[in-house]
Amino acid sequence: MATLELNLAEEAGSAPVRRAGRLGVLFWIAIGWMALVFAVAIFADLLPLPSPTDMDMLERRGPISVEHWLGTDGLGRDELARLIYGARISLIVGLCGPVIGVVVGGALGMLAGYFRGRFESLVVGSMDVLLAFPPLILALAVTAYLGQSIFNLTCILGVLGIPAFMRVARAATLSLARREFVIAAQALGATHTRILLRELLPNVLLPLLAFFLLGVAVTIVAEGALSFLGLGVPPPISSWGSMIGEGRESLDVAPRLAFLPAAAMFLTVLAFNLVGDTIRALTDPRQGAL
Amino acid sequence: MSGVLLSVEDALVELPTPRGNLRAVDHVDLTVDAGRTLGIVGESGCGKTMLSRAILQLLPKKARLSGRVMFDGQDLTRLSPEKLRKLRGRSLAVVFQDPMTSLNPVLTIGTQLIETIQEHLALDLAEARKRSVELLAAVGIPAPEQRLAQYPHQLSGGMRQRVAIAVALSCEPKLLIADEPTTALDVTIQAQILDLLAREQRRRHMAMIIITHDLGVVAGRTDEVAVMYAGRVVERAPTPALFKQMRMPYTEALLAALPKLDAAPHTPLPAISGRPPDPTRPLKGCSFAPRCRYAAGRCNTDKPVLSRAETAEHLYACFHPIETTASGRA
Amino acid sequence: MLFFVARKLLYIVPVLIAVSILTFVIASLLPGDLAYVILGDQATPEKVAALRHDMGLDEPIWLRYFGWLWHILQGDFGRSFRTGQTVLDAVSERIPVSFELMMLAELIGLAIGVPLAIACAAKAGSAFDRFVTSSAFGMLSVPTFLSAILLIYLFAVELHWLPATGYVPIAEDPIANLRFMVLPALTLALAEWPGIMRVLRSDMIAALQEDYIALAKAKGLKPSRILFVHALKPSSLTLVTITGINIGRLIGGAVIVETIFALPGIGRLLVGAIYTRDLIILQGVVLLVAAGFVIMNFIVDMLYAVLDPRIRHGHA
Repeated sequence: MATLELNLAEEAGSAPVRRAGRLGVLFWIAIGWMALVFAVAIFADLLPLPSPTDMDMLERRGPISVEHWLGTDGLGRDELARLIYGARISLIVGLCGPVIGVVVGGALGMLAGYFRGRFESLVVGSMDVLLAFPPLILALAVTAYLGQSIFNLTCILGVLGIPAFMRVARAATLSLARREFVIAAQALGATHTRILLRELLPNVLLPLLAFFLLGVAVTIVAEGALSFLGLGVPPPISSWGSMIGEGRESLDVAPRLAFLPAAAMFLTVLAFNLVGDTIRALTDPRQGAL
Repeated sequence: MSGVLLSVEDALVELPTPRGNLRAVDHVDLTVDAGRTLGIVGESGCGKTMLSRAILQLLPKKARLSGRVMFDGQDLTRLSPEKLRKLRGRSLAVVFQDPMTSLNPVLTIGTQLIETIQEHLALDLAEARKRSVELLAAVGIPAPEQRLAQYPHQLSGGMRQRVAIAVALSCEPKLLIADEPTTALDVTIQAQILDLLAREQRRRHMAMIIITHDLGVVAGRTDEVAVMYAGRVVERAPTPALFKQMRMPYTEALLAALPKLDAAPHTPLPAISGRPPDPTRPLKGCSFAPRCRYAAGRCNTDKPVLSRAETAEHLYACFHPIETTASGRA
Repeated sequence: MLFFVARKLLYIVPVLIAVSILTFVIASLLPGDLAYVILGDQATPEKVAALRHDMGLDEPIWLRYFGWLWHILQGDFGRSFRTGQTVLDAVSERIPVSFELMMLAELIGLAIGVPLAIACAAKAGSAFDRFVTSSAFGMLSVPTFLSAILLIYLFAVELHWLPATGYVPIAEDPIANLRFMVLPALTLALAEWPGIMRVLRSDMIAALQEDYIALAKAKGLKPSRILFVHALKPSSLTLVTITGINIGRLIGGAVIVETIFALPGIGRLLVGAIYTRDLIILQGVVLLVAAGFVIMNFIVDMLYAVLDPRIRHGHA
């Protein structure tokens, strides 16, 4: 009956939107957009752009022109330059934050899943405490006390990501630690370090990577929200969130000032979500839903 | 007590898979007379469950069915969904293999019984409740009134299967299909459930199809037996005739695979060696040939068709049937 | 069941204690000193020293923590040094607004997400299903503040149908209250429905594969009964879980939405406290929100247990 049941289950799978093996056009468009954002953010200083912070009070909310390709903002600053330098902030915070999460959370999760016992209870318990705070509230409170800076912002958003990465790493480790190759390594007298690094880590890495990309999307949104409220990166540094916040003031006269950074943020977040979700679906076809 | 109730004519079920079309049921003909009992026997994957789903018109959406399924004078394959729905549960009922999964875990036993009764019979809630209690009592469930408010997980596996049987019997069906009704149960419960089914079948004069992998199950409880292998019926005979003289080597192998109580301790269980053929890659010759100890010559090149033996009711598909005096064979 | 409740209750006590410690530690991260913040420009070393002594800031941190906790257990969360209002007064004044906003948002989210999920599950793989699923996926990438801006632009700036900001208490004028609430609640709901839709859809698709659905069909039940009773009821438990998971995001979203739409709720109180460096209010609100969040999660767990007959009867 095995073959028949397998087939039934497949039929049941209700035609997943993406088929494994074929990544689809959308995936490559998303990769392309990510590459573009990365490129302009990295080479922003080399591009022939006006300064993103030079104000020109005579040219406030200036229209699209040869000099200012996307016009100027409420303080006469070049919109395109601010968008591109804003991409830098989004990417720095959006990438460095989850790196903290993936390193600390991944390590804790693997150790907890491998050694179990008291250590695991302690790790899971402290993550529950961290999860007891609505994430945005905790981020707001910490930046309020610590002061606004890119470094503080990255750290707190990174710490907030630790519980999720811990869970992914722990779940993967738990299921792997019972497999034959780990038990065989133990029987052969391999040290814990060796088993963790050589046997387990390569297998935990892929689910973590997929989750990392989703974490980047979440962190970019969180940074945007904080900056939008004026509690993220300190001015005059431009960030997509703060640009949207500033653009809100002139929605009636120049909606473009809010919608341009909004579109940039949406597309970037969507790209990370799409790529992350595709990789997750490929690495773990059974958990396509959540 | 006569007349054909169900006749399956040239049924063919194909399922598309990534590896190609899977032929789950391969040109099967069957008939069941009103009030009679048919056993369908075969290994896992022989297509017996797909055949039962084809009769019920409950095949997976992608599956293709051709042939006819005549039930009570109507071709089920051509019936509108609405007419089919009125038939199912009313005159065509089913008991599935696993009572742990076939009852809805979040609905009470009462709800699952009453909804069936009220769907098909013009009874008000009080009458439907009364009938449900009678049904539960009839299938041997103690304290039936209290059971109505309970959930499936509060009952043991055997009790759940009794509930599932009560659901199937609720509208006095003309045909009951029991698909491996005891496979998921404890051995000690199996005989009870089978006897219950047999008793209710006689009492209600309904026809019944018992699907099983166990020749022992059909031995005393059916009028006729059809043995399936690789999607085809390979032997069909009245039950006594079959057990008196089986002609198809596969049937013999199935019987040999049954554990025997009188076997000496530490006798290894005989098993049919090899595996059924890949259903997406049909063999040119007899499907059983690779595993058959009698296979020779055209067994590997031609497909034997189901044909009559010495008596009109005994059919088998084999070039080298087991002889009455099984001597000249090795 | 009782055992289940007791175990959960026993767990949230240490979590609440840990939450209070963490809140206190975060508040102690303040560079410099609370006394400087309060005194501002007029700070002379003598005044600072005097205020520090008055507030007990010269004591060791653990002593200060127990003092703070002692006051909190007596219901004294402190008092704003800007307005003089107590934390409890400020919070209880604003809770109804936040509560109404979140309830409305969750209701709208469910009203959009549940029917779509059922329709998609019933027609899984169809063009409709694919369209809705992709839209939901796209919506997951739209931050709350972004949809807020879009909705304001569309309904307030362009169409002039609804006010962009403002608030009227529901007791004063329910209709006006609703007019002010629609856009904020819709903004939050736009972030809620994709999660609800996706989880419920996949759960129902899984349920529709179950044996008991095959049996329900074999029983000749109506397709609507199979879909809404046999498939939806087991899956509806998931809805409770999603709602629980959503609360945290909903609170975060409420902070942003209340700020954008100028609703006098807890979120705006919190952001306002940050802007004005009203650190006592901030600390109190963070603690209360976190405690409320823990308790709400507890309630969701309980609700789940009540709804699931398997847990209710101790088969967890």
